[in-house]
Amino acid sequence: MDPVSLPALSCVALCGGTHGNELSGVCLVREQQRKKEEETEHVTLVTVMSNPRAVQECRRYIEKDLNRCFTAAILSTPVSDRTPYEIVRAQELNALLGPKGSDGAMDLVCDLHNTTANMGLCLISNSDCDWICMHIYKHLQTNISSIPVRLLNLYTSPDESSNLASVGKHGLSIEIGPQPHGLVRADVLSTMKKGVQLMLEWIRLFNSGTVFEGGEVEVHTVVKCIDFPRDPETHDITAVIHPQLQDQDFCLLRQGDPLFLSFSGETEVYRGGAPLSSLCE
Amino acid sequence: MTSLHSVVNLRDARKVAIFGGTHGNEMSGVTLVNMWINNGAEIQRSGLMIKPLITNPRAVEKCTRYVDTDLNRAFTPDNLSAPRNEDMPYEVRRAQEINQMFGPKGSPDAYDIIFDLHNTTSNMGSTLILESSKDDFNLQMVNFIKQAIAPTSCSVLLNEHPLLQYSTSRSIGKHPIGLEVGPQPQGVLRSNIFESMRAIVKHALDFIELFNGGMEFQPCMVDVYRVSEKMDYPRDKNGNITAMVHPNLQDGDWKPLNPGDPMFQTFDGSTINYEGGSTVYPTFINEAAYYEKQQAFVMTKRETLTANGIKAYKI
Repeated sequence: MDPVSLPALSCVALCGGTHGNELSGVCLVREQQRKKEEETEHVTLVTVMSNPRAVQECRRYIEKDLNRCFTAAILSTPVSDRTPYEIVRAQELNALLGPKGSDGAMDLVCDLHNTTANMGLCLISNSDCDWICMHIYKHLQTNISSIPVRLLNLYTSPDESSNLASVGKHGLSIEIGPQPHGLVRADVLSTMKKGVQLMLEWIRLFNSGTVFEGGEVEVHTVVKCIDFPRDPETHDITAVIHPQLQDQDFCLLRQGDPLFLSFSGETEVYRGGAPLSSLCE
Repeated sequence: MTSLHSVVNLRDARKVAIFGGTHGNEMSGVTLVNMWINNGAEIQRSGLMIKPLITNPRAVEKCTRYVDTDLNRAFTPDNLSAPRNEDMPYEVRRAQEINQMFGPKGSPDAYDIIFDLHNTTSNMGSTLILESSKDDFNLQMVNFIKQAIAPTSCSVLLNEHPLLQYSTSRSIGKHPIGLEVGPQPQGVLRSNIFESMRAIVKHALDFIELFNGGMEFQPCMVDVYRVSEKMDYPRDKNGNITAMVHPNLQDGDWKPLNPGDPMFQTFDGSTINYEGGSTVYPTFINEAAYYEKQQAFVMTKRETLTANGIKAYKI
């Protein structure tokens, strides 16, 4: 297969604090802004603290999850005094980094996140046909050995995609865990810095004309979400993630494998058809 | 030289409270207490009145540490005696209510024992927190629990420091005990952490029942970590942290930190070493809730306390 020619990525946005208590991205963006390194060879880097009020309060969000506010419908909602803060902010970010779907949008939006789940370094893409994202993934996977590197495909159309990364012509979220919310671990931050550095390295190489050979990469596609068992009246959870499933992100879950452990000690097993791999946040 | 420690007669303990959700996002306690409120069979013991309580229901509902102010710092004499008014922070009002129900603090009517269930993001394992080095009952209970869960370990943290001690929800009881189990992220429930906390409560209640039933507990020694000092993160003029807990110290709760050992790592990679005069034993290392309290970790010194033997007498 001949290499495909794609436009250079001259404008890249690096976003942190989309969830205000996911601190690796907050620290990384703050540090980047302090050093003021924006113009580097081949790439203009724009850094954004996506949800400054949530960062200030060290909360995931103030009124509404910002990272679910970037669907075409929400971005075109008329704004009033009663519009939730995050919807207003999403529209500001869309104007700054987009508009989504237009020629003026950032070439790449990279959004930095943490998870309490044992996911290692997980790139999140809205499709598995974005060759730029696939090559960046390959580059990180080849050059990071301290932690597993994977890619999760959300499999959504541009209009339906609700995350900040979908505003750019290409979008990637970098999700690293496990890290509790509200704190920064040196080892996790170091991995995130490495991931961002490798991404920018790949972009510079790409922009300067390097040809990257095609090949194969393994990706995970979201199939479904499973909720905790809940009390029908109070909606409180009635079971915990089973100890055998806890921390086993991306491992194969087969029919009959334990899923949940109720407070009274009963095990609920996975009854689905095909084996799947799970992520437990 | 032998030190003679006698067996002290103590009133039997009849009223016990188990607090969960003092911090609304510390899920083991929230879940256990809700479970026991629905079905208290597991926590029943003969002769004991045991009351589980969600102390901060509004914070639990929002899955946040607190709504206006930290409930676990709110039980100060000033707060408890302040005239009730509408502008009062929610948690101060709540502290007054809880003091009415389970106190009043310092009075003969106060609950005998109050357990307060907490989680931490720090790698502290199971930890029991004491506020006095002279509470024989508590020391004996702690000794019993440690033996019951062995070989699994349980650390004992003693906070008797006049400046670093604070007015906890459990402090309204005659014998306050904090249960702190980690590491667990806020807002998350982990099975192993949940079961560890559940087991400790079970053993604690067994102890109280045995004590009330007339069992005599011999004098014993308890190894504790006594809080000596707290250490904040380096910060810039805006109050933002400029360094993180060093990878060598991260997760090293209860392990010695010697002068010259790495303590923080700045964002550009340099190391800041611990420059104190002597070895300390840090804990609460990188607790998420303590960033706003200016605490990266707390330093402790190891000590062995001696407890008198105890035996119950009934009125």
